[in-house]
Amino acid sequence: MDFTVVIKNFNFLIGQGLLGIGNFVGGTLRLAIPAIVLGFILGIFVGLGRLARSRWIRTASTVYVEFFRGVPLIMVIFWFWFIIPVLLRVALPEYGVALTAFVVFEAAYLGEIVRAGIQSVPRGQVEAAIATGLTQSQTMRNVVLPQALKNMIPALVTQFIVLFKDTSLASIIGYVDITKAAQIVNNREIRPFELYLFIAVVYWLCTYGMSLYARYLERRLTPA
Amino acid sequence: MTYQFDWSVLWTGQSGQWLLQGIITTLELSALAWLLAGALGILSGALRTLPIRPLRALAAFYVEFFKNVPLLVWMFFWYFAVPPLLPRSFQDWLFDHGAEFWAGMFALGVYHGARLSEVIRSGIQSIPKTQLEAALSTGLTTAQAYRFVIIPVALRLIIPPVTNESLNLLKNSSVALTISVAELTFQTRQIETYTAKAFEALTAGTVIYLALCLGIAAVMARMERRFAIPGMIARVARAEH
Repeated sequence: MDFTVVIKNFNFLIGQGLLGIGNFVGGTLRLAIPAIVLGFILGIFVGLGRLARSRWIRTASTVYVEFFRGVPLIMVIFWFWFIIPVLLRVALPEYGVALTAFVVFEAAYLGEIVRAGIQSVPRGQVEAAIATGLTQSQTMRNVVLPQALKNMIPALVTQFIVLFKDTSLASIIGYVDITKAAQIVNNREIRPFELYLFIAVVYWLCTYGMSLYARYLERRLTPA
Repeated sequence: MTYQFDWSVLWTGQSGQWLLQGIITTLELSALAWLLAGALGILSGALRTLPIRPLRALAAFYVEFFKNVPLLVWMFFWYFAVPPLLPRSFQDWLFDHGAEFWAGMFALGVYHGARLSEVIRSGIQSIPKTQLEAALSTGLTTAQAYRFVIIPVALRLIIPPVTNESLNLLKNSSVALTISVAELTFQTRQIETYTAKAFEALTAGTVIYLALCLGIAAVMARMERRFAIPGMIARVARAEH
């Protein structure tokens, strides 16, 4: 047991692997943060689609959600990894492939959060807004979504934790996140126990911290 | 360049056999991991509801540490980091008997055990406290009350979230490909490597996963109706993450 290997490679593991500062385009956070933001934007459309009046839009969104929730994330990553070069006729770097795959995949889960958030707004709010003369889309934008968003926040933080952990799978296609960084160091140093335990603790500190925050938000945002 | 579809790659050569083996390995891996996860989940979930602080803390440590670290890291940990710590003779035996499968099974089982634990805990906590008090007042010990009253009821209440978790476990078994367990995703990649037909290979893998998930969901929905306790429509929270 020799944890000096962690200290020697600390900059590479944390700087390059976790934050993405270094020679490679990489970093767990550099993938996770844009993925949750873009995924949420797509998720709003998916969630609204699930509640749309038109049956076709509803069906399409349901199929989208059920499809991506029925398939392993690795499978989705491989799809984009093999398919994007054929469709777009350009080789996309790992970062682009991973980001696209995560946005599309997470939008299915985030869409469900958005739907639940919208459904949590009491019906009377919509009726009152319409009665004051707002149009459907104004009601959605100014009355329903702001309240729904507040209700979604704890679930969104939780989903971000899931996404944060899932970004480790991007290392399979060669993206240098913290898991890949540990693998690279391990190939040179052959200290699997110390290195994998170290990144497990780093992941744990990040995710556990966020889950405490989610619990705090949940307490604070729930009307007493 | 235009892509030439050739679906016959899925049944010519060894592909069919590979896919079949992949399905069998995925199901074996998931089933064994599910049993391990179930045992760990019930044990630690029950411990977390007991009025004995050290046991609660131990179970909480297990759950919070294992579910908050990515499964992929656990795969590497159990496959690369743990075997060198074992006695030499056991190591040799392990590597002669598919060490990657057992490491994958362990990683999957321990990770999902922590997640199931949360489901089972909220199942137990959704049972009114008076049930336990009533059971104790009839003369049962705490252990008996859990074994005959609390756990049987809780297990029936949590069928929907457990189904959800079981499907997650099945899908997550694909992560075992990183330590070269020859499960379904691994075999899909193998077909792609041998035939250079990515569309066809990935479609086959995707359709099989969808069929497995939808099939299990349908069976479990029937189970849920069969075992529903009339009058107890408790809302049991799902595993958080």
